[in-house]
Amino acid sequence: MAIATMAEMLCDGFMISVQIFLWTLVGAIPLGIPIALARVSRFRPLSWLARAYISLMRGTPLMLQMFEVYFAPYYVFGIQLSPASKWQACIIAFIINYAAYFAEIYRSGLQSIPRGQYEAAEVLGYSHGQTFTRIVMPQVAKRILPAMGNEVITLVKDTSLAFAIGVAEMFSTAKALVASQRSMMPFAMAAAMYWVFNMAVEFVLGRAEKKMDYYHD
Amino acid sequence: MTNDIQTEMRPVVRLSNARKAFGGSQVLKDISLEVLPGEVVAIIGPSGGGKSTLLRCLTLLERLDGGALSYSAKDGSEIVVARPDGDDPDAPAVYADKRELARAREQFGLVFQNFNLFPHMTVMQNVMDAPLVVQRRGRAEVEGQAHELLCKMGLEGCEEKVPCQLSGGQQQRASIARALALNPRALYFDEPTSALDPELTGEVLRVLKQLAAEDTTMVVVTHEMAFAREVADRVIFMDGGVTVEEGPAEQVMGAPRHERTRAFLGRFGA
Repeated sequence: MAIATMAEMLCDGFMISVQIFLWTLVGAIPLGIPIALARVSRFRPLSWLARAYISLMRGTPLMLQMFEVYFAPYYVFGIQLSPASKWQACIIAFIINYAAYFAEIYRSGLQSIPRGQYEAAEVLGYSHGQTFTRIVMPQVAKRILPAMGNEVITLVKDTSLAFAIGVAEMFSTAKALVASQRSMMPFAMAAAMYWVFNMAVEFVLGRAEKKMDYYHD
Repeated sequence: MTNDIQTEMRPVVRLSNARKAFGGSQVLKDISLEVLPGEVVAIIGPSGGGKSTLLRCLTLLERLDGGALSYSAKDGSEIVVARPDGDDPDAPAVYADKRELARAREQFGLVFQNFNLFPHMTVMQNVMDAPLVVQRRGRAEVEGQAHELLCKMGLEGCEEKVPCQLSGGQQQRASIARALALNPRALYFDEPTSALDPELTGEVLRVLKQLAAEDTTMVVVTHEMAFAREVADRVIFMDGGVTVEEGPAEQVMGAPRHERTRAFLGRFGA
């Protein structure tokens, strides 16, 4: 098989990987916010619940979580799995897993904002919501960007775990090609594509950091 | 006319029999304070004497355990923030609902020791944001007032800078402008120059003097004895959670009646 053909097949897989990546970010970045707020809540049961959730999501393998999300509808509820279930299970598992990691990053950011900022806002008459969106969030965003960058880059590579439940992303394709073509080439090509994609991610993160570099505190 | 004068001279803030404890240590023991419009009150005393806690209770950042606190609004109406539960003055304080507390907050501004400017906003945004977002005033009018205030604070040319580009004295003057932009009836200052070197302290004290000359109602917790003596109409010496001595600046600082006041002032060479 020509290298061009292999590259084309890998590209198809890569598009799936990118979709997993984007859907996970779209779901997990906002979902992490309520989890982080619950985690820092002074209402103990809520905080405890968030803590347990984060502990479970970080303490068990993502691959295993993916299997659970995939098979639970059938084994627990007796719902027949459809061809689309694989994809849905994969996205849901990624989102709920990454939301836990993001929540912990948000928490570190929230807790690094000095109390004086909240007090200044309170005396000026800002509501809790206004304080969060206008004063706290913009400062948290700047502080957590490096940690988020780390996690986002890990996510690019973690998309390859979707092969375990049979989602045809780039790594599954590479593995199949290596077996059928008896060549290491597809692996090397896949590695190059992950790397190039991550360099693009690094570039975007660098730009974002630069944009928020107009102040320091 | 008589009625007008009475409204005019009603205290902006009225605190009576205030008590506050932190984990068993009584920080405020039966403190009372009234501030009249246009009055400048300096609160002096040793660290740990309850000055900052008093200011934090007046600005609703801390809640009183007991006592009463009320503000009077511009229209002369009284806003009861906290009062004893029932007829017994020693009963625990109960606070008003959110809306009343928000109304009370409109009556005062607070300038912090550490400025607490919003680091991600320019000086102009720091001054304009609360009037726009909290008071929902028009942008053009707020912008005009912000420019005026920044000029008055000697900060023309700093509008588009962010706080980290300013000196400590400039930051403190920007935070005074931020507090004034909401048109409060009274301004509280919590050791406004304690984070500044002597030169920058001078800049900030000049601004405070100017405000005092314009009849701004101010309560200033300070360690600047010369400033208190020169600018304050009334000085309160606090120690151990009580008002040890209170009176015209000349009397408290020039001829203190209490031994503790004398000892404290003696340490400052005042």
